[in-house]
Parts: sequence; C-alpha cells; structure tokens
Amino acid sequence: MTDDKLILGGHEFNSRFILGSGKYSLNLIEAAVRDAGAEIITLAVRRANTQKGENILDYIPKGITLLPNTSGARNADEAVRIARLARELGCGDFVKIEIMRDSKYLLPDNYETVKATEILAKEGFVVMPYMYPDLNIARDLVSAGAACVMPLAAPIGSNKGLATKEFIQILIDEIPLPVIVDAGIGKPSEACEAMEMGAAAIMANTALATAGNLPLMASAMKLAIEAGRKAYLAKPGRVLSRGASASDPLTGFLRE
Amino acid sequence: MNDNSFFVDSTFLSKSALEKKHRLENDPASRTDHMKYLEDMEKIDSDVMEKVLSEMKSYDSSAYTAKDVIAAIERERCTIEDFKALLSPAAEPFLEQMANRARNETGKHFGNNVYVFTPLYIANYCENYCVYCGFNCYNHIRRMRLDKSQIEHEMKVIASSGMEEILLLTGESPSMSSVEYIGEACKLARKYFRLVGLEIYPVNTDDYRYLHECGADYVTVFQETYDEKRYEQLHLMGRKRVFPYRFEAQERALRAGMRGVAFSALLGLSDFRKDALASALHAYFLQRKYPHAEMSLSCPRLRPIINNDKINPLDVHEKQLCQVLCAYRIFLPYVGITVSSRESARFRNGIAKIAATKVSAGVSTGIGDHESKYTGNESQDSVGDEQFEINDGRSLEKMKKDMEAEGLQPVLNDYLYV
Amino acid sequence: MVKVNGDFLDIAGKTLLEYLESTNYDTRRIAIEKNGEILPKEKYGKTKLEDGDIIEIVSFVGGG
Repeated sequence: MTDDKLILGGHEFNSRFILGSGKYSLNLIEAAVRDAGAEIITLAVRRANTQKGENILDYIPKGITLLPNTSGARNADEAVRIARLARELGCGDFVKIEIMRDSKYLLPDNYETVKATEILAKEGFVVMPYMYPDLNIARDLVSAGAACVMPLAAPIGSNKGLATKEFIQILIDEIPLPVIVDAGIGKPSEACEAMEMGAAAIMANTALATAGNLPLMASAMKLAIEAGRKAYLAKPGRVLSRGASASDPLTGFLRE
Repeated sequence: MNDNSFFVDSTFLSKSALEKKHRLENDPASRTDHMKYLEDMEKIDSDVMEKVLSEMKSYDSSAYTAKDVIAAIERERCTIEDFKALLSPAAEPFLEQMANRARNETGKHFGNNVYVFTPLYIANYCENYCVYCGFNCYNHIRRMRLDKSQIEHEMKVIASSGMEEILLLTGESPSMSSVEYIGEACKLARKYFRLVGLEIYPVNTDDYRYLHECGADYVTVFQETYDEKRYEQLHLMGRKRVFPYRFEAQERALRAGMRGVAFSALLGLSDFRKDALASALHAYFLQRKYPHAEMSLSCPRLRPIINNDKINPLDVHEKQLCQVLCAYRIFLPYVGITVSSRESARFRNGIAKIAATKVSAGVSTGIGDHESKYTGNESQDSVGDEQFEINDGRSLEKMKKDMEAEGLQPVLNDYLYV
Repeated sequence: MVKVNGDFLDIAGKTLLEYLESTNYDTRRIAIEKNGEILPKEKYGKTKLEDGDIIEIVSFVGGG
C-alpha cells in the first residue's frame, strides 16, 4: 500500500483524508490532525485580528500542507484576490476554490469556479476546485488546469451523506484527475462508500466539528477512508443478481 | 491459423501489371512503409492510437477465466478489463447471459428502436490493392462512376421507397472520385434524405469540413485490422496502406464538425478478439476526448467477392460475432451498433433484439442498379460490379414488417441537421 | 483618511510599516492588499499611506 499515493499538482500524499479546521477550538486541531492522520488541512483567509497570540498556524503541526480556501468569494475575481493573498501569507501554492453566490444553501457557483481555476492555474497555483458535480463543468476544470475536482456529496455542513452519489460516480468514471469528495459527508460509513466508489480522497470538517468527541471521530473517519480505499483497490466481488432471465433463449437463432 | 487465399490473377492484366502485383505480394521490401504519412496527409497531434494499440498488444484473451466473465457480466459498470474478459474464449459458455445483459443495456439507451438506412455506392474505382476487397485495383470488375444526374436518379428511386437516411460510398480513388465530386453528391443527398453519412477514403480536416458543409454529418472509416503488421500484409499498395492516417480519420472528421463517426475492423482478417477490443477502445477513447460526438460500431465479417468466392471469415462464426456484439453493448451501452447485409436475415432479426440498433435495407453494393433492384425494370445504363456479396436483400418495406414482427420499432431517422 | 479593514483611520502620511508597528498585528502572519493590489512585505517600509487608500490586512483562520 505504500506506493498508493494521492498526487496533487505533482505533490505526493499518503493520507487521503483532508481535514477542515473550521468551527472548532484551536486547541483541538493538533489532536484532530494526529488522529485523522491528515497531511493536508484547509484554512480560510480573513481580516486579521489586531490582537497578538491566537493564530491558527501556531496550532497546526509541522509538515502539514496548508490548503487555503477562497470562502467568502462571490465571484471569480474575489476568489482570485483571496488566493493571491493566501499565497502572500507564505504557505505554499495550494488553493481550494470555493465560490458561493448563494448564502442560504452555500452551493458553489460552477461557472465562476471554472473562470477562477483558469486564472489561478496559469499563475502556478495547485488549484483544487470545490464544485457541484456536473460532468461538463468537471471537464472544463480539467481543461482549465485544475489539480483535482472536489464535488459536493450534499449541501455543505449538512452531514447528509452521499446525496449526489450517481453524479460523483460519473465524475470518477470520466475525469482523469483525482475526485475528492468534499462537503456533506457526515459519517465514516459514507466516507467509506465514497472511497469504495473510487473517490481519491475525502474532505470533511462539519462531521468532526459537530461530533461528540472530535478526535475519536477523526480517527473513525481515517479508518473508514482507509478501509474504503483498500476495498476499491481490492475490487469488490460480485453481488448476486436476482434478475429473471428470458424463458426463450435470446441466442437460439445462431447457426454455423 | 488457417488463412484465406486472397491472391487472384486476372487474365486481363498486362504482363508488367502482373509482375508488379506479384512483387507486392511476395516481396515485402517492394512495399512502402505503411506507418509513414504521405506528403499531403495531415498529421494531427493525438495520443489515441498509442493508447488503443498498447491495450491491444498487451491483451491476452487466454488469460481470462469463467470467474472473470461472470464478474464482468454482473458488474454495474463494465471496465476495460471486464470488456477484455467478455471478448475472451472463456466467455463463450456465457453467451446467453451476456445477451440478456446486452439486451437490458440496449433497452435502457435505445428502447425498442431500430434505425434503418441504405448505402448508395456512387463509384467503384479504386487505387488500392487490398487483397480481400472486390474493388481492389487488380480485380477485374466492371468499373463505374455515376454522374450527377445518375446519382440523382438513384436517390429518387431510393427516396421513393420511404428511406430517410443514406450512406454514400465510393471506392478509394481520389482522382476518379474527388472530394468535390463527393461534395456534389452530398448536396444532392440533402435534397432527398434527412441524414447523410459518408464512407469514403480518409481525407484531411479541411476536406471533412467541406463535406460537412455540403451536408454530410457522419463519417464511417473501417480500419479493417488494428494489427498493423497484419495490416501491412493485406493493404499492399495505395493511400490506404498508410495505417496511422486511416486510424486518425475519425478524429479529423470530428474536428471538422461532423456529428458522429463509425468504426470497425473487418472480422476474419486477424485475431478477431484483439480487433474487436481495438475497435471499441478506438470509440471509447475518442468519446472521452470528444464527449459530444456520436459513436457507432459496425461488425462486418469477410465475405466472398467477385473472382474469389472462397473468402470467408475463418474462425468468426455467428456465435463469435454475437459474443463480440454483446461485449460491445455491455462495454459501450451508448454507442450505435450497425449490422450489415453481409449477415443473414435470421441473424439480423435475432441480434436486433439484443444489441444492434441499426440495419441496412434495400441494399445493393453495386453501382447504378437500384432501379432494377427496386422495381424490376432494367435500367438503360450499364452498372458497376459490387464490393462483396450481400446476404440479406430485404427491401425497406419487408425490413419494417419483419422488425415490427420481432417487437421492434423501425425508425427512419430522428435527426436534426444544424 | 485611510480605510483599514473597514475602519477609517487618520494615518495618511505614515508609512505602512509605521502604522503596523503602532498596532499589535503579527507581521509574520499577515498579508496586505492596498487598493486591491497585494503589497509584498519588503515594501511595507517604503509605502506611504495616502488619503483615500483602502487597506486590507488578512491572516489565516479556521475553515473548511
């Protein structure tokens, strides 16, 4: 299994669990990263606090790849600005594009996402676009230079699981980039199922932030993601079909 | 493997022509490099051929077991590996199960529709020496090229039978059947038919674009065999000898704006399992690259030709052909599958219920003989000889009745030209 | 007046660095945009704030 790497923009990762850092206490981050076995953690960019001290970077263990998102952006231009600011903060070239024009459901704007991806990929970012699972848009993201696609499983923060399963499967089948399921995964079983389907990784935040015991849930997710990955690589066995077959043989007409 | 005896010497050939023919047949060094593009042939930047050929070369059909086949039949989404299992000898005992699965897939994508079209050969001049083909330049046959009024006459006869889709064919002679000539035929065809396809020699993107503007929207090119070494031994002379240029024809056609393309190997020329694998992967990889394109597969088997009635499809019996078609359908549920009049009425009726979505009717592979065939009246003009012997000569009317009797719905076209 | 993170401040005439030193911003952990353009750290000392400038000072926070 050691040669089974997740590759994003030429960077190799062993862990397939991308951890969010929102909506929970800074002092839980270290335990979350450790118990999740995560190598990538997402961050947001916000107006800085004038008070010294409380900086999230002080709570993230060394060697973890930072993945700033562009949350707060409502269009491609704003996402590009936020991405550039994030890079100026000096923590690498990764960016997760997140553009929402809808404050009620927080659904990503696919069209603006393609535009931002194109600009940022040209500027050398490793672009990881969060998207609604639409095949045509995913293809446009590939052409625009994305490093992966990140379809949502269900509305962000909803913990509703794989509501878009069929469409994510289509992306997995058709898109020649890692498909990272982002948003909506609420339980380890759902993360496992997505990995069995062939997802390259899982990104989760709310599932942990809302769990009764955050580090324990991080560990459960990690195991589920690993189990799903192994099952995918092992190729699941057959499911006995119960379909009836025709009473007259279909091939009775053959001669020679 | 047993092989056909393809070489036939005509008493009409001059001494020098015969000498050249024999040299080509017996001395590989006398033949040109089949992988080298001629000067006027457009070379496009594409990795599709490499992908297809490398999958084909590494395919060992004897490596698959019954277990692989059962898993493939039952897996919801057929992978390339599954497809390889379905094409293998290990799948033969599971033909009925494959047919059931194939029928379900066909039903999901096409319902009970079966499309009906007819081919129209407008010329049979050819500059290639493809040893198995009735049109080859050394075969002594009556050559003919219809002029515009003759083409229009043929089209009127065919259109009056109710046909709405036509496939225009020529022999492969750019000098006798120029792109301009074919373009004029397309313009005429647009007057009488709703849908116009072409099966002509491969051309450059610009020429495909021109033909598209003239009214053609579908391009069929058969690779014949994807085994380039075998290809070299069968296509001894002419532009068709250039393997990669032919391989890339569909991609050029799509780049030129054609709506759909069709693929096939001529089964019986080489290892049919490898050729079937390559044909389907050719369509599969191009579909991924050009997702808007409509893809279609055919499945011709070798047939007897004029002056050589012994040519046959060797180990590709009906059972194997049925296996190939079921495998195509399971692997590529969305592609059209055409079964030609080379096959019997019985076979075509049966396979249309399982996997095929398109059949030809009212077929002549000769030149200028539709009036006599459709009406029984001998036409005044002489006719040109056919490319191969057909097996199913049903008229459109008869085909419609028969398909309805099988529970299928004949569709003449459902197409919009934009 | 200069607009800094939405607040109007009477700091025109100062350099950006002078302003930052008068605050508790952790300069290692911030990025600054002046009138929509990113300002590299090495330019803080040379950048004179003018009336009407809009300054955004950002840092990382938790997010998904």
